[in-house]
Amino acid sequence: MRELRIHGRGGQGSVTAAELIAIAAFKSGVQAQAFPAFGVERRGAPVQAFVRFSDKKIRLRSQIYQPNYVIVQDSTLIADVNVFAGIQEGGIVLVNTEREIKQSVPEGVKVVAFDATKIALEELGLPITNTTLLGAFAAVSGEITLDALSEALSERFTGTLAEKNIKAATIAYNMLKGEA
Amino acid sequence: MLQILEGSVAVAEAVKRCKPDVISAYPITPQTHIVERLAEMAADGEVEGEYICVESEFSALSACLGASAAGSRVYSATSAQGLILMAEVCFNVSGMRQPIVMTIANRALGAPLSIWNDQQDSLALRDSGWIQIYAEDVQEATDLHFIAYKVCEDHRVLLPAFVCFDGFILSHTYEPVDIPDQALVDKYLPAFKPYNMLDAKNPLSMGMYATPDYYHEFRYEHEMAMRRSADVLREAGAEFGKIFGRDYSKLVEGYRLEDAEIALIALGSVCGTIKDAIDEMREAGIKVGLLKLRAFRPFPADELKQALQGIKKIAIVEKNLSPGSRMLGAVGLEVKDAINDSSVSVLSYVTGLGGRDIRKQSIHDIVDACREGKGDMFYGLREEIL
Repeated sequence: MRELRIHGRGGQGSVTAAELIAIAAFKSGVQAQAFPAFGVERRGAPVQAFVRFSDKKIRLRSQIYQPNYVIVQDSTLIADVNVFAGIQEGGIVLVNTEREIKQSVPEGVKVVAFDATKIALEELGLPITNTTLLGAFAAVSGEITLDALSEALSERFTGTLAEKNIKAATIAYNMLKGEA
Repeated sequence: MLQILEGSVAVAEAVKRCKPDVISAYPITPQTHIVERLAEMAADGEVEGEYICVESEFSALSACLGASAAGSRVYSATSAQGLILMAEVCFNVSGMRQPIVMTIANRALGAPLSIWNDQQDSLALRDSGWIQIYAEDVQEATDLHFIAYKVCEDHRVLLPAFVCFDGFILSHTYEPVDIPDQALVDKYLPAFKPYNMLDAKNPLSMGMYATPDYYHEFRYEHEMAMRRSADVLREAGAEFGKIFGRDYSKLVEGYRLEDAEIALIALGSVCGTIKDAIDEMREAGIKVGLLKLRAFRPFPADELKQALQGIKKIAIVEKNLSPGSRMLGAVGLEVKDAINDSSVSVLSYVTGLGGRDIRKQSIHDIVDACREGKGDMFYGLREEIL
């Protein structure tokens, strides 16, 4: 079983991202489970969402403490929350940032920093980065295929909104393919 | 066909396929997504029944009771304080023998206020005379709704049921689930045939007062119906298995109990985490298994005793508290009574209250304590803040 923890802020779509990853993973042929950290959501407050991937039926219901993957939707979270907590050796951390990561990174963990906000602003006209980050996650993790992700996005959104989100995800995917 | 759905949406899809004539509910976390979805379906004409908006849970279940007495198939859903506000109506529904099905997205009761999961709400209504069944995963939560209507409406039973699934842990989780085809559901669950109903042409009264000459017998009849419901649940679970391929003919389910020396017992979603922990302990040579209770009311005492034969140590994972009870929780008392054997150690471990996460390590620790004979305790207390 592989596990993903998503760190975001209320309103950034962390829970939607987790759901879309689970749907895309299932379409890619593995079992998946997505759930939010059950907090009292407020816009701007740190939130978490989780995804499990497995070749077998997933029975475990606890939150995720030792993830293989972490997505950080907003780099300002790194100062507030220990986003690296419990990450396994060989793990991958995907960070949306326009700057270098200055914080110390646990040994054996690969950090992939990229500017998802820039892509989202260009493609969607809004700083909503979750779908862009999904494309990036597909590229660096290999847990979901771009085709399955596109299918999940076209089920969630309609018309030009679906097309724009798929394009943003595809740009991020192509940018990061082979990075991790 | 398997698809990934949120637990609440899967339940709403199941309810839609049960074709309720009337739905009335009041939104409360974490039940909200179920009734939001059903309200949308009703507004879009996907659900043909009437969705009655009300101003409280008390009114919601009261509207359901009236509609049920008028011969409708009826649905509601709630959690925690909402269920407690319904408490008076709950006793009326069961006393009037109305086969209402209500989903409980299990949540802790205040005070202190908590929106998070435990099983205090439904277990607090243990004696309300409703059937209580508990789901381990989203698939089981979905399937139990079809079974619940079939059992409740059976004229041998005529009782209401709570279909309980853990709030957030199942209600807000996306996972693969098979939503049965409508045609097969129609075959399994035909239209509701009321035993009797309010009808202006053939007037009758329900919920009248009963003098001491009659009340006692009403309560006896209620008890007999609850006892009969156990076999009707088994029958309906077996028939469900034949049509849909998922068998629910047992009211308890064993996991790796053969040759086990220690058995864990639990209700609901924590059974999944327990199974993963058991696999780890088995690899380490610890002979441990799980007995999952699918039904809490009627309590399947004989089935449980049969499944636990030869087991000398039992650990109950209690997600509720009965303050002042020697066993601390409602489940432990039932199990201890069912086993009724002083050579078997039955110990309770209160855990997961108000959303405290239950991890595999929690289960390892509970099994270790049980092996040492330590129990009837709160697990995982933060001593430093007491």
